[in-house]
Amino acid sequence: MSFKSLKEIVDSVREQKKPFWRIIMEDDMSERMVSEEESFGAMKRMYDTMRMADQSYDEKLKSASGLVGGDGWQMREAVAAGKTMSGAFIGEVMVKALKMGESNACMKRIVAAPTAGSCGVMPAVFLTYQEQYGVKDEKMIEAMFVAAGIGTVIAERAFIAGATGGCQAEIGSASAMAAGGLAYLQGGTEQEIVHAAAMALKSLLGLVCDPVAGLVEVPCVKRNVIGAVNAITSADMAIAGIVSRIPPDEVIDAMRAVGIALPSSLKETGEGGLAATPSGEEFTRRMMEEQ
Amino acid sequence: MNLFDIVGPVMVGPSSSHTAGAVRIGYIAKLLLNENVKKAEIYLHGSFRATGKGHGTDRALIAGLLGMHPEDERIPDSFQVAKEQGMQFSFEGIELRDAHPNSVLMKLTGVNGRELEIEAASIGGGRIRISKLDGLEANFCGDYPTLIVHNLDQPGHVAEVTSMLAHKSVNIATMQLYRDRRGGDAVMIIECDKEVPPESVEWLEKLEGVRKVTYLSLIEKQ
Ligand code: SF4
Repeated sequence: MSFKSLKEIVDSVREQKKPFWRIIMEDDMSERMVSEEESFGAMKRMYDTMRMADQSYDEKLKSASGLVGGDGWQMREAVAAGKTMSGAFIGEVMVKALKMGESNACMKRIVAAPTAGSCGVMPAVFLTYQEQYGVKDEKMIEAMFVAAGIGTVIAERAFIAGATGGCQAEIGSASAMAAGGLAYLQGGTEQEIVHAAAMALKSLLGLVCDPVAGLVEVPCVKRNVIGAVNAITSADMAIAGIVSRIPPDEVIDAMRAVGIALPSSLKETGEGGLAATPSGEEFTRRMMEEQ
Repeated sequence: MNLFDIVGPVMVGPSSSHTAGAVRIGYIAKLLLNENVKKAEIYLHGSFRATGKGHGTDRALIAGLLGMHPEDERIPDSFQVAKEQGMQFSFEGIELRDAHPNSVLMKLTGVNGRELEIEAASIGGGRIRISKLDGLEANFCGDYPTLIVHNLDQPGHVAEVTSMLAHKSVNIATMQLYRDRRGGDAVMIIECDKEVPPESVEWLEKLEGVRKVTYLSLIEKQ
């Protein structure tokens, strides 16, 4: 993508008087030398695949390690029984985030957004939003472009992989992307969109990548929930007119600096954090013995 | 980075480097062998060895060798598919020298007896790099039609190959040359902007001093 900062996107939106998502799509069209139909169609395929992945969730599946599976179903039961304090909307977002994270761990087909570990965040908020607000597919795909544009700037300026930047780079980026997309769906201005993203990323700054036994399971699946819910609260703040006191691009740069400063034991090596707890090590040992 | 590196790829979980990348390594290896795989001896290195089982790396590699793509839903059942198709395989751990943490060495035999030894790494986001072919240094990603010529280290071979490509109007994107010692075994790896015609590949195979030609065509065959 030709944009190296969120500010450049915001400036282009203002200068060209075009919607945020269209600026991103036109950039994709010129970069990949494809038509509008092709670019929009490719994004539609991503959204459709997310929906199919959500619908084909199988609550009986367990991951190879046995650590993950069935939580999405359990959450759904609790929401249906009216037991959740966070209400139906957030409850359904939680259900979908868990489901997608679990489907990923169980080798089902998902859309990496931006990575496989963080694949539950965007579909959880977008699919739930569409169900609750009844908006058309086209609008949702526009929001996907907004999210993808934000993610690409983060990838250019910092990173999106746990191995390079910790989980703030993975779940943090997914959350920022989803927040921007939600702000767009709620009628936010270009400024509100990037501030929603900035607040989401800020709130997950420093998040370490510490998968137990090196597998994309614990804590990954449940972190998709926090990423999704954090996206909603960040978008709500932005729509309320609250701004990130640190400009969005500087937040991304801070995320990069923190990621570099993180010791490698906290960057997907499975050597620190939760992986290094007595129980984490016990799981690891058991996994190794089974091999 | 393009937009669909960020939203996408569509893939079977759980990990783009351990699963999607592994499928792609197997897939490119099958294309390089240029025939169906009869037997595969697979050696896992580093994190592929340590967490490969939990990530389904083993099933992913076999899926790729069977010709599946990273989004194929049959990946978890690839061992079963391999059995049905009569493909034999084995896994072992290995300590490879100077290798990326997500690396694998595979010794392949095809149904028509062709053999190929390939070392490759999954370098993140589902992208891969082939680092050795038949024991000789290599460095390519499998995104382009790639011509690999093993020859004796003698004057003239590079010129023969490049002029053949020029004659066929095939533009060279990148080109690398390696040899084990002066006058010994040499290899050229040429990534091209378009496909090299099959008759040109055959012509190269018959040239004196050329020991083996491996061609990665991105046109799918059944
Ligand atoms: S903990 Fe690491 S592997 Fe798990 S989702 Fe976060 S970045 Fe990905």
